[in-house]
Amino acid sequence: MTLSEVGLILGMTLVTFAIRYPVLAMSGRLRLPPRWLQALNYVPPAVLTAIVVPAIVVQDDSLWLGWQNPRLMGAIAALAIGLWRKNLLLTIVIGMAAFWLWQAVWN
Amino acid sequence: MAIASDFSPQLSPLGEFWAGVRQTVPLIVGAIPFGIIFGTLAQTNGLSFATAIAMSACVFAGSSQFIALGLLGAGSPVGIVVLTTFVVNLRHLLYAVGLVPYVKTLSSGWKIALGFWLTDETFMVAIQRYRQADQSPYKHWFHLGSALSMYGNWQLCTWLGLTLGQSLPNAVNWGLDFAMVVTFIGMTIPYLTTRPMVATVVVAGTTAVVARSLPHQLGLMVGALAGIIVGVLLENRLASKQVES
Repeated sequence: MTLSEVGLILGMTLVTFAIRYPVLAMSGRLRLPPRWLQALNYVPPAVLTAIVVPAIVVQDDSLWLGWQNPRLMGAIAALAIGLWRKNLLLTIVIGMAAFWLWQAVWN
Repeated sequence: MAIASDFSPQLSPLGEFWAGVRQTVPLIVGAIPFGIIFGTLAQTNGLSFATAIAMSACVFAGSSQFIALGLLGAGSPVGIVVLTTFVVNLRHLLYAVGLVPYVKTLSSGWKIALGFWLTDETFMVAIQRYRQADQSPYKHWFHLGSALSMYGNWQLCTWLGLTLGQSLPNAVNWGLDFAMVVTFIGMTIPYLTTRPMVATVVVAGTTAVVARSLPHQLGLMVGALAGIIVGVLLENRLASKQVES
């Protein structure tokens, strides 16, 4: 490992831990207002979709909403099967299968 | 005097731990390709074997590790990579706040451990367990089981990518990273039971797309916050309407 690689690992480790830990450390003394507790219910779905939607519809920094987009088709398949069967593993498998199938057909 | 729920079998710490591991298995399946691609890409982007292993072991934050690779491959200085890591991982701050009501009585050792091993997947699994009505005093063991299984899997997959990845032609072009997308879709679905939740998802997704060109992946935070605010406003509005009628 070079010196800059050591700096890279140290820096990334420190900033990541500095986000994850301090709030937990103070949790005994933190009193969250009710409005905050209500808002926290929305954190998981909001963060997940904010990560996922751009990954599905943005390709090389432009929108791709056409039906040839294999990521869009895989995502729609995953959403449909997930809403229908409520099974996480099945959602992952069917979503990936639809994505690959679409990619194979249109490439 | 006992109410019905008192008779539900209470799990031991180890029982909770394994339940946490089991609940995390589908998410591990989704994370495996992601870890392998990280290992595969690391060396082509100029990271040494040891640095890639150290990054997965010490940083343990998949999406920021990927973005770091992209930046390093494009010749960005270390300072920019660290700054971007900070911004990309800011969402963990929301997770940490979400855990506050459930971890406040734990020892510092537990808080350090659960903090270090906090990931998207483990947060989603653990918060569901914490919110269940039963009064088990060992729910943090469930959380730990999820965290350690994600961690172990990430180390193994990084190593697999570093070793096997080189012998798989074009593994990067198979679109394996899409596994993370479908996993996250699967994790979102259980929340889509109320109108405010659906509004949150629509607004968060749309805003993240619109704000995608903000520097350092800030669009993610902007999208998430917009979604949360709309969800809360709509929930309060629907509640006040119900009171009126």
